[in-house]
Amino acid sequence: MSSRKTYVRPMKGWWLKNPFYVRYMIRESTSVFVTLYAAILLSGLICLSRGEDAWQLWISVMNHPLFIVFHFLALAACLYHAVTWFKVAPKVAPNFYIGSRRVPDMTITLIQYIIAVVCYFLLYWIIWRF
Amino acid sequence: MRRKRSHEPVFWSLFGAGGVVVAFILPAMVVASGLAIPLGFLSVDQLSYDRIHEFSRTWYGGVFLFFTISLSFWHGLHRIYLSLHDLGVHHYRQFYRWLCYGLAMTGTVFTAFFLFLS
Repeated sequence: MSSRKTYVRPMKGWWLKNPFYVRYMIRESTSVFVTLYAAILLSGLICLSRGEDAWQLWISVMNHPLFIVFHFLALAACLYHAVTWFKVAPKVAPNFYIGSRRVPDMTITLIQYIIAVVCYFLLYWIIWRF
Repeated sequence: MRRKRSHEPVFWSLFGAGGVVVAFILPAMVVASGLAIPLGFLSVDQLSYDRIHEFSRTWYGGVFLFFTISLSFWHGLHRIYLSLHDLGVHHYRQFYRWLCYGLAMTGTVFTAFFLFLS
């Protein structure tokens, strides 16, 4: 048995060398905020099932400045994800045709923005009215 | 000869569905659950125990919360797993694979369980 020490090209900081890679890494890092936020929502659901006192505790923890800062970052992450998601969707989805003309990528992206804004307001309205 | 099938399409589908949830629903959810009270968009009464509890017990409230939470887990953890490669973590791939998808599965089961309890 021989132990070989093959050269492994160092990877540290590779993505800082090109703005395209930086944007790629920002997009990928949104997943950390999404996962943490999912865990926060789940903790809220657990408190909800434990009764009113637990729910009040959860709400008061959410009002802690650190959590407010986190939620601002999480909001930015989700919106950044949304922008990148709407941008690539036309490339992933099958081509749409109106008559014989293909619907341009820009139109598909724009329609998603409109649907997203409608969704945000609808959800807010449901919470407001329910 | 039979070839072993990849599990990737299953996880990618969950990732994709989660991506839609994160883009169309999560921004509004983050504002509602984390920022609305401090910023004054919603009053404490509007997020009171009675209202939210009642909502979570309706079939549509339960379905909404289940898919919002579980698909966010699947989306986020699939992306974290793939990003380990970009960060130069090449050892113990199988371990991290089980860890990420295991956590997503745990989150899904917990969400269903506590929705059922509440």
